[in-house]
Amino acid sequence: MRDGNEATAPGRWNRRGLLAAAAALPAAALLPGCSGERRRRSSGGRITLRFQSLAWQQDSLKANKQLVAEWNAHHPDIQVRYVQGAWATVHDQLLTSFEGGEAPDIIHDASDDLADFAYGGDLADLTALLPTRLRQDIPPHSWETATFNGRVYGVPFLQEPRVLIANRAKLRRSGVRLPTPERPWSWEEFAEAAKRLTRGSDYGVAWPLKEPVSATLNLALSTGGRVFHRGPDGKVAVRFDAVDQVVPRTVHDQVNVDRSASRTTLGMGGSDTLPGFFAGRYAMVPLGFSYRQQIVQQAPEGFDWTVLPAPRGTSAAQGVSPQTLSIAEDCPYKEEAMAFIDFLLRPPNMVRLALGDWLLPTGQEALRDPALRVAKHDWATGTALAGSLRSAPAQSVRGYPEWKDKIATPGLQEYYSGAIGLDALRKRLVRDGNLVLARYQR
Amino acid sequence: MSATEKPAGGRRAEAGRRTGRTGGARRTATRTGQYTALLAYLLFLAFPFLWLLSTAFKPPRELGSLHPTWIPKAPTLENFRLAFEQQPLLAAAGNSLLAAAVSALVAIALATPMAYVLARYRSRLSRAATGWVVVSQAFPLVLVIIPLFLILKGLHLVDSRTGLIMVYVVWSLPFALWMLTGYVRSVPPELEEAAAVDGAGRVRTLVSVTAPLLAPGIAATALFAFITAWNEFFFALVLLKTPEKQTLPVVLTHFIGTEGVADLGPLAAAALLATLPSLLLFAVIQRRITGGMLAGAVKS
Repeated sequence: MRDGNEATAPGRWNRRGLLAAAAALPAAALLPGCSGERRRRSSGGRITLRFQSLAWQQDSLKANKQLVAEWNAHHPDIQVRYVQGAWATVHDQLLTSFEGGEAPDIIHDASDDLADFAYGGDLADLTALLPTRLRQDIPPHSWETATFNGRVYGVPFLQEPRVLIANRAKLRRSGVRLPTPERPWSWEEFAEAAKRLTRGSDYGVAWPLKEPVSATLNLALSTGGRVFHRGPDGKVAVRFDAVDQVVPRTVHDQVNVDRSASRTTLGMGGSDTLPGFFAGRYAMVPLGFSYRQQIVQQAPEGFDWTVLPAPRGTSAAQGVSPQTLSIAEDCPYKEEAMAFIDFLLRPPNMVRLALGDWLLPTGQEALRDPALRVAKHDWATGTALAGSLRSAPAQSVRGYPEWKDKIATPGLQEYYSGAIGLDALRKRLVRDGNLVLARYQR
Repeated sequence: MSATEKPAGGRRAEAGRRTGRTGGARRTATRTGQYTALLAYLLFLAFPFLWLLSTAFKPPRELGSLHPTWIPKAPTLENFRLAFEQQPLLAAAGNSLLAAAVSALVAIALATPMAYVLARYRSRLSRAATGWVVVSQAFPLVLVIIPLFLILKGLHLVDSRTGLIMVYVVWSLPFALWMLTGYVRSVPPELEEAAAVDGAGRVRTLVSVTAPLLAPGIAATALFAFITAWNEFFFALVLLKTPEKQTLPVVLTHFIGTEGVADLGPLAAAALLATLPSLLLFAVIQRRITGGMLAGAVKS
């Protein structure tokens, strides 16, 4: 039985209030639906375009919002509404947006995420819409990253080379030659330097390879590695030849043979390695160029660091998947949307966006801007590498996400940790991988 | 008492004293062990929250330290300022509050009469209905999301708060029903019979006798429904497209950039603020929840 206190509950719980609230429920539940607004408003010839940006760093957010405000101030008839997306969820969000007919008009994404949407007819073919200035300013190898079946589905505008972020003091003490963009290390020199930088419990290098596939494939481009080979019939086959194996074998040997690379960082993301880097546990960390921002924010006072180019093989090439701006196929104002993209990517604006994201622009004129050629924070090193950036090998391969998740990621993780050998890795990548790709190419 | 019994009694008394001392020591040791285990469990449960609390007040340099401390050396509110500056946290919190509050109220309004019927009118049908409610809990989210999306799209309820609220109601209804059925069963039917004998009609009995006794149970169930909806991420991500309609868990992902790199300080600050309503609600009605839960636990 309940006690007396509980029996007195009705007064405290205000029975009438509860009943009134219950009666009001159906109306309350419907109210939010009434506030649903139209995706586009048109009054007096004015149109409103929705621009979904994935900017997330403070400076980048500011730059994007300022540029939208500047556009709106000069184009009262074509207003752009800034809407915020997120890198972590953009694929799922776009997928359901396209299905639901609620996609934004102008879409910020990365070129390696476009294939499904391009082939699925969700994105507009920009080929005929692109202004000559933009077409000529961005080099052909960047356009390749957003071109599918000969059609352009995105404007590549920001890109990120993988570099070696290094503890300059340690490098100087070790006496190793400091590589430059003009004279980078070979993979052998890099391995040798990592060995010389390994002392006691401190490692020469820390490979953050939580996501090992894109890092491996993109760097393997320097040794001529391609992994994906398109035949004359247009079908793609996976191969894992000697040129594809140089980079994975270097990492494997650093971790398992000469122990110049930390084993524990193999499962980490880039940010996770920074505390150890600041504490001197690792002399070098291969990271994206934009990690400089975190280093500037988080490094202890007086920490002496520098950016070195990634090692080169037969060339200094490496794969990238640039950030892109696309237009939804459903957008009824494609020319206006392209005019906004053209404005956003004018050289001075592209520089602002690049500085905000700590990335490199794809535009040649923007790359020549003095603000991106300064020694501070090693901007000049990154800018010097821009010419060697190429389309990531897996860029337009259908079935790549499944190959990556089911075959390559576990395979490379096991290989790097020493659980399997190179032959076993090759069998998995090629035999199992081709079975996966075959399902997408029937 | 015979002479021969004295030594035996003395031995028993001695043995009893020894047993008493040993038993007392054992009880103390057991109790100490229990409290230690409880403390360890509490710390285990509290660890993520305490770490979040610590991170939210740390400047970037401390976040990059190899030897992090629990208490920030140079505590700062900068992360909170940045969190509010970068993302529309208040609007998102308003959306979350609306979705959670309305869905909890609707779920309770629907579940309470259903639970009453299931508890009071025992039949094959009610047993089957209870069984179905339990079974429905076994369906994973990913199994229902695509059909649900297509149904809502057909009803023009994608990118609609109404659609999201409907989903939350449906999602929390089985558990609410299951919980409330237990609470209704714990209210003795004799009380309702007594009210009927005193001349009260069915409605008056329900409103004046049963409903007040169910109030703690209703509060506990509503709280669970509210918190489930407040924390929910996946439905909100898939169903809501317009940024102005997005809920707090979805907006929190905006602090995460490419390759999973996070703006850790502002993210921790925003996540800390997102946990506060749940904590406050628990603090305010904890006693009633406990009372309600105990009432539902045993049959008197």
